[in-house]
Amino acid sequence: MEVIAFWILAVIVGASAICVISARNPVHSVLWLIFAFFTSAALLVLIGAEFIAMLLVVVYVGAVAVLFLFVVMMLDVDFVELKQGTLRYWPLALIIGLAFFAQIALVSFASEAEAVRPQPSPGAETNAEAIGQVLYTDYVLLFQTAGIILLIAMIGAIVLTLRARPHVKRQDIAKQTARRRKDATDLVDVEPGRGI
Amino acid sequence: MDLTLNHYLVLSAFLFTVGVVGIFVNRKNIIVILMAIELILLSVNINLIAFSVFLGTITGQVFAMLVLTVAAAEAAVGLAILVVFFRQRGDISVEAIDQMKG
Repeated sequence: MEVIAFWILAVIVGASAICVISARNPVHSVLWLIFAFFTSAALLVLIGAEFIAMLLVVVYVGAVAVLFLFVVMMLDVDFVELKQGTLRYWPLALIIGLAFFAQIALVSFASEAEAVRPQPSPGAETNAEAIGQVLYTDYVLLFQTAGIILLIAMIGAIVLTLRARPHVKRQDIAKQTARRRKDATDLVDVEPGRGI
Repeated sequence: MDLTLNHYLVLSAFLFTVGVVGIFVNRKNIIVILMAIELILLSVNINLIAFSVFLGTITGQVFAMLVLTVAAAEAAVGLAILVVFFRQRGDISVEAIDQMKG
C-alpha cells in the first residue's frame, strides 16, 4: 500500500520537475515548482517526517516560490526570445543526464537494502518533539548560525535592491525641528519713503 | 514489498539529474536556472531526510532544516542580484552577465 502511494507520488514529482525545466513560460515553471514541492512534502509525510514536510510547504511554497513569482512577473522580459536556440542543448543535456542518473542509481540498486522500519522520531512521541530535543541543545550553535545567515541574506537583498534617487524630496524631521526663528526670518526696520 | 531507503534514493537521484539537465538546457534563462538549483536542493533534502528516517537518527532532519535555510537565503540574494541586473541592462541574458565584473 505504502509502496503504491510512493510510486504515484514519485511519478508526480518527477513529471512536475521535468515540466519545471521545460515549460515555455517561467510563470508555469514556478507553478510546477510549487506542485513539486507540495508532492515532495506528501512523500516526506509518508515516511513520518511531518515537521520537515510542513516546513517545506511553509518555506518553499509560502516564501521562495512567491518570491520567484513576484520577480518573474515584475521583470518585463521577452521570454520567447530567451527560449530561442535552446533546442540544440537538449541532446547533450540528455546524454549527460542519463550518464549521471545511471551512475547514481547504480549505487542505489547495487546496494542491498533490507526493509528497515522507518523511525522518523527516535526517542520521542512526535517528530517535531524529537527535532526540538536536539535542535535547541546539541545543535544550538548551528541554529543560531542559520539565523545569522538569514539576517545577512536579508540585509544583502535590501542593500542590493535599494536605489538612491537624486531628485526626490523627502521629509527630514531632524532638520525641521532644528530650524529656529532667526534662521528663517529677517527683521528689517524700513524707514518711511525709503524702501529696503 | 516494503518501502525501503532505495526508493527514496532513486527518486532523489532522479530529481538531482533533472535539476542538472535543467541548468544545461536553459542556458539563457537565469530564472529557470535558479529554479533548477532549488530542485537540486530539494533532492538533497529528500536524501538527508530519507537517511535520517531509515537509520533512526534525527540529525539528518536537522541538517535538512539548515539546507532549507541556506536555500531560502540563496534564492533571496540571487533574485535581488537579478533585479539589479535587469534594472541596469533591461534584459537578463546570461551571456552578458560577465559585464557585472567591477
